[in-house]
Amino acid sequence: MRLNDCDPSFKHEIARQPGGEGIKTCFACAACTARCPVGSLKPEYDPRRLLRLAILGRREEVLSSPLIWLCCSCQNCSEVCPQDVRCTDVLTAIKNLAAAAGYAPPSGQAMARQLAAHGRLLEVGEFENDKRAELGLPPVSEQPGDYQALLGLKPEAPRPAGEGA
Amino acid sequence: MEALLFLGCTVPVRNLNYELSARKVAAHLGVELKDMAELGCCGYPLKAFDQETALLLAARALAQAGSTGLTVVPLCSSCAGTLNEAAHHLDHDPETRARVQDKLRPLGLEYRPGVRVRHLARYLLEEVGLKAIAQKITRPLNEFTFAPHYGCHLLKPSRVMVGFDDPEAPTSLARLIEVTGAQALDYRYLKECCGGGVLGADEDLAGRMAGRKLMELTQAAVTAMVVICPFCNVMFEGQQKTIAKKLGSEIKVPVVYLTQILGLAMGLSPDELGFRLNRVKPKELLAAFK
Repeated sequence: MRLNDCDPSFKHEIARQPGGEGIKTCFACAACTARCPVGSLKPEYDPRRLLRLAILGRREEVLSSPLIWLCCSCQNCSEVCPQDVRCTDVLTAIKNLAAAAGYAPPSGQAMARQLAAHGRLLEVGEFENDKRAELGLPPVSEQPGDYQALLGLKPEAPRPAGEGA
Repeated sequence: MEALLFLGCTVPVRNLNYELSARKVAAHLGVELKDMAELGCCGYPLKAFDQETALLLAARALAQAGSTGLTVVPLCSSCAGTLNEAAHHLDHDPETRARVQDKLRPLGLEYRPGVRVRHLARYLLEEVGLKAIAQKITRPLNEFTFAPHYGCHLLKPSRVMVGFDDPEAPTSLARLIEVTGAQALDYRYLKECCGGGVLGADEDLAGRMAGRKLMELTQAAVTAMVVICPFCNVMFEGQQKTIAKKLGSEIKVPVVYLTQILGLAMGLSPDELGFRLNRVKPKELLAAFK
């Protein structure tokens, strides 16, 4: 690893994100890794190593790594960390930076569009409400107005055929 | 007693047996669960991509729900975790709160600190109480053993879920199982995540996460696994056949919702509790209620 390839400001960039502050106190004890249910099945996913790379300033390597998306957000690491790093939250901060840099999987934008269209991740139409009524459950409505405003997205016209999600 | 039901996105479409049994059990315990049409998504799905926007969506839900003055009761652990974390964040960080208020104001909404969010399981344990539940038990489930699955966001992060269970040695769900007279199993992978959080990113990994729990419980020959979250249900019930095939293992673990077994123990019928919709049938359990 060459120092010239490292960006020493990266850890500060992470620390400026909500929940990212904890990265500065990590002393690499690997309690997070020891308690990680993902790492125990997939050793190449190692939260301690990801945080180390981030602290060293390996910006592109971290942000472009598909491994950062394997955090299951279970918060085990946050519970056992002696430095209160809140590793799950630091990884969320890193994922947010990766998304801003264009490295996120496309599902994020697809979900945002779905929320702008329906206010819910799963649509509720007549079919769903009929099924609910059969069980004596009250109808559920879609109220996407606020979601469009907060997401800054208008509900979309149907995309022409051939265009991906 | 009154509380505000927070259905979220998944339960009212995919987990009708959970919703049905939750409503029935609450009513049986004298809790009136109110509905509010404005409540939609809690914001969780966007958190990994853009947590500022996710927080705005959570704050919107909390502002709507908070206007009732009632305790907000989600059935989904992701909704419960997200709303609890958002309320905690907004209540403790005036700068963030002011920023969020600026975005909510044009919608005619205001977040007022102090909105109380309790996952249904926590609400039943703390606000209704084991004593009141025990008084309603008319058909004890003494002959059955259930494996609790706590999942992640009922308990964690513990700095937010102040004063509740210990995530490293949890007992809350076991106590809610034992109040029915049944045994709650302690097992090796008791505390582990279902894998639902990585299902989208790595299906194979998610399957192995759920699979190790399912394999252990197949060996243990429990009556059923008890879940309190629609995503955990996706992994353990919805994906069970796929996981068994992939791992080449004999896996057979019935999956039920906490409210379904509470309901049975209170004398409600399997039909009233939506057991028809359970996909891996708890045959041993249902045979006792024919």
